[in-house]
Amino acid sequence: MLAVERVTKRFGGLVAVNEASLTAPQGRITGLIGPNGAGKTTLFAVIAGFEAPTAGRVLLDGADITAEPVHRRALRGIARTFQIVQPFAGLTVRENIAVGAHLRHRARRDALAKAEAVAWQVGLGDMLDRQADSLTVAGRKRLELGRALATMPRLLLLDEVLAGLNPSEIRDMIPVVRAICESGVTILMVEHVMQAVMSLCEHIYVLAEGLIIAEGPPDAVSRDPRVIEAYLGHGAATRSRSRETSHA
Amino acid sequence: MFAPEIVLTAVLNGLLTGSVYALIALGLTLVYGVLHIINFAHGALLTAAMFAVLVVHLGLGIDPYVAILFLTPLFYALGYLLQRFVIGPASHGSDTNLLLVTLGLSIVIENALLAVFRSDTRSIDVPYAFSSIDIGFTLLSVPRVIAFAVALGVALVLGALLTLTDIGKSIRAVAKEKLGAALVGIDVNHVYAVTFGLGTACLAVAACLLMPTFYVTPRAGNAFVLVAFTIVVLGGMGSILGALLGGLIIGVVESLCGLCLGESLGQIGIFLIFILVLLLRPTGLFGAKA
Amino acid sequence: MSARGLLPIAVVVGLLALIPLGVSANTVLNFLVFTLIIAIAAQGWNILGGYGGQFSFGHAAFFGTGAYATAMLQVHLGLNSWIAFAIGIGAGAAVGLVIGFLSFRSGLRGSYFALITLAFAEVLRIVANASAATGGAAGILIKLDVRPTNFQFHSRAAFFWIALAIVAVVLVVTRWLEHSRFGAQLIAVRENEDAARALGVDVLRVKLGAIILSAAVTASAGCLYAQYFLYLDSTIAYGVWISVEALLAPIVGGIGTVFGPLIGALALHGLGNLTSQMAGRIPGIDLVVYGALLVLAIAFAPKGLLGLVKRLRTRVTRRAIAGPG
Repeated sequence: MLAVERVTKRFGGLVAVNEASLTAPQGRITGLIGPNGAGKTTLFAVIAGFEAPTAGRVLLDGADITAEPVHRRALRGIARTFQIVQPFAGLTVRENIAVGAHLRHRARRDALAKAEAVAWQVGLGDMLDRQADSLTVAGRKRLELGRALATMPRLLLLDEVLAGLNPSEIRDMIPVVRAICESGVTILMVEHVMQAVMSLCEHIYVLAEGLIIAEGPPDAVSRDPRVIEAYLGHGAATRSRSRETSHA
Repeated sequence: MFAPEIVLTAVLNGLLTGSVYALIALGLTLVYGVLHIINFAHGALLTAAMFAVLVVHLGLGIDPYVAILFLTPLFYALGYLLQRFVIGPASHGSDTNLLLVTLGLSIVIENALLAVFRSDTRSIDVPYAFSSIDIGFTLLSVPRVIAFAVALGVALVLGALLTLTDIGKSIRAVAKEKLGAALVGIDVNHVYAVTFGLGTACLAVAACLLMPTFYVTPRAGNAFVLVAFTIVVLGGMGSILGALLGGLIIGVVESLCGLCLGESLGQIGIFLIFILVLLLRPTGLFGAKA
Repeated sequence: MSARGLLPIAVVVGLLALIPLGVSANTVLNFLVFTLIIAIAAQGWNILGGYGGQFSFGHAAFFGTGAYATAMLQVHLGLNSWIAFAIGIGAGAAVGLVIGFLSFRSGLRGSYFALITLAFAEVLRIVANASAATGGAAGILIKLDVRPTNFQFHSRAAFFWIALAIVAVVLVVTRWLEHSRFGAQLIAVRENEDAARALGVDVLRVKLGAIILSAAVTASAGCLYAQYFLYLDSTIAYGVWISVEALLAPIVGGIGTVFGPLIGALALHGLGNLTSQMAGRIPGIDLVVYGALLVLAIAFAPKGLLGLVKRLRTRVTRRAIAGPG
């Protein structure tokens, strides 16, 4: 569904993303991981439309959307969440989600009804009339998710949706994400929380210093020496392997 | 079209006027660079300073240039107190609130002046008001040449203050990174107030320089401040050098526009530049990327 | 939109409409007509500033355009006053489109947007002051010819009811805004542009729609001013005074609410009148009070009078729930 072809992003002399290519197949959950400073956020911003790439293309179902403005992408069915949550602070949960719902529902009544349904879907059903800025971080993350879902996307881009959550909150969020995928939405998630990535993603891309250094199913990637080195430093792969053999 | 002497005279006069514009803009750009607010009360404060010069001259017979010596610290204190106890607390830190609070302040000051002085045009009489220097192809007004010199001097002093003194370094620290500055023990509220005070001090000097050749009404400051906004935006918000150069450029533009289009439309060139800069390059010549 | 939503509007308008039946003093009616004109201009500002979050410091640009258009069409082209009124509103909306397009397309927000609107209003003022078509510095006079077909009435009550009718229409439009998709998107843009964009909101289009509507409403206030006072000059039409009035009333009354601008205008002008009467005919005293009120409102009541009322009500309700003791 989503194809990113050799996207490069330069900021002055700094190459943040270097010829990165990935695909997110329809109906699956694809992961994008990498150490801090790898360029995940920049790549994500290019895919979502908030940054224009210096080179390369972004394709949705074969159509070139590289130059399309963000709101147009939403119409095509791409929705995104923000890493640093951005609720509409002065509005209630219901009103927040309704803004997303309005993309496909013109009438206020319909948008509010859709918002209510989506709120239950993400577990905010009993907080519909609370002010958005009174929610906890976990609540706000669910709100982000809800707002994006209300636009009825085909492709959902999750930007570190689990960041800032404690272990039990993460445990509660994982089935929510899985349920969204099962309802037919393709998901591309940038994530740091490894347990979530391993359990949710069917295919993972690893970005380090702007380059895609590995891709594959979770267990293959987690054993890939280049990935281990990227996270733990030079020589870490050899050290861990020698430790394994010495314990054998 | 125009004889070269006429154009050159217009340019020179533009530079002279521009230097005072630059001085007015200096305070504005300093406040923006550090507090990140656009001080809408700047014009009213200038008017207040000009009336202060008027009162001091008519009441105590003190020459405007002498008045610089005590009006400057007085207005510094006024600016400091205003920021510390009115503007800062009232705005609860929000940018839009700051906008509105300074607007409210400008309304209060301007109309208080109107209530006290009425709307008549006032000016002062000094013996050197009409003296001029002959530089060969044209005459330059002495007060305006003095204004040019003093304005540039103040800009240099301000620049030195910001680079060489401790408070100057604190100011620059707060401008760059407020949180970091606070963490190393700088009293941010104090620095804000000092900056604001420096801004109003510049206005006091500008008022003393203007009054020998200018008049004052309760709305006079406003006319200057819109020009000052243009200069700040053109030169780049927060850039002292930008304010200086911008002031000189704008002074020349206004002078040449007045030459070509006549007095009543002279100011239009300024606003059109203003709009164009905002639309095309809001960061100005020297400003940081917004 | 439910009938229940319209009820408060009907009640308020109905009550106000009764005033001329009981009061006939010209000074009072004069005051009320002028205050309603301000209220209409403020309602315009509130749409862009209160609901849209884009603070304009140059709404005079729209007020003056409406006023001058109405005047010039009658004086120079002999057009019927009612038609001139309608065209004046259109002219104001067109200016809104131009200013909005230039400013929003360049991504101007916050202080920069406030500054550029100020600049546009000033440019218009300078041009109007120098141009022969607008009468230059001498101003423009609409000929006194009191006939209803000429939009001039002997009785001030008639002007009052017309102004009130416009206020009512804008109240309804504002209420519609609160319950429409456009309004929801506009409010989203105010709260967080990037998040709104990610949800499919065409931010530029929404802002343009808001400024056009806002400009049309404020222009209608200008048209009404021209018809009532029959004289304009560049300071009256494009002066900073009306830009300030248009933003002060909503902030004091309750920014981003349906009734805020109306309440703010009535409160401010009532207070201003009172101050003038107590302090005598000192020019500027009422404005000193306005300025001070603006500062006090921001400091202590950022949601305006309506916000204060709401806070009071929640406190009373909370105490009632908590019970005595």
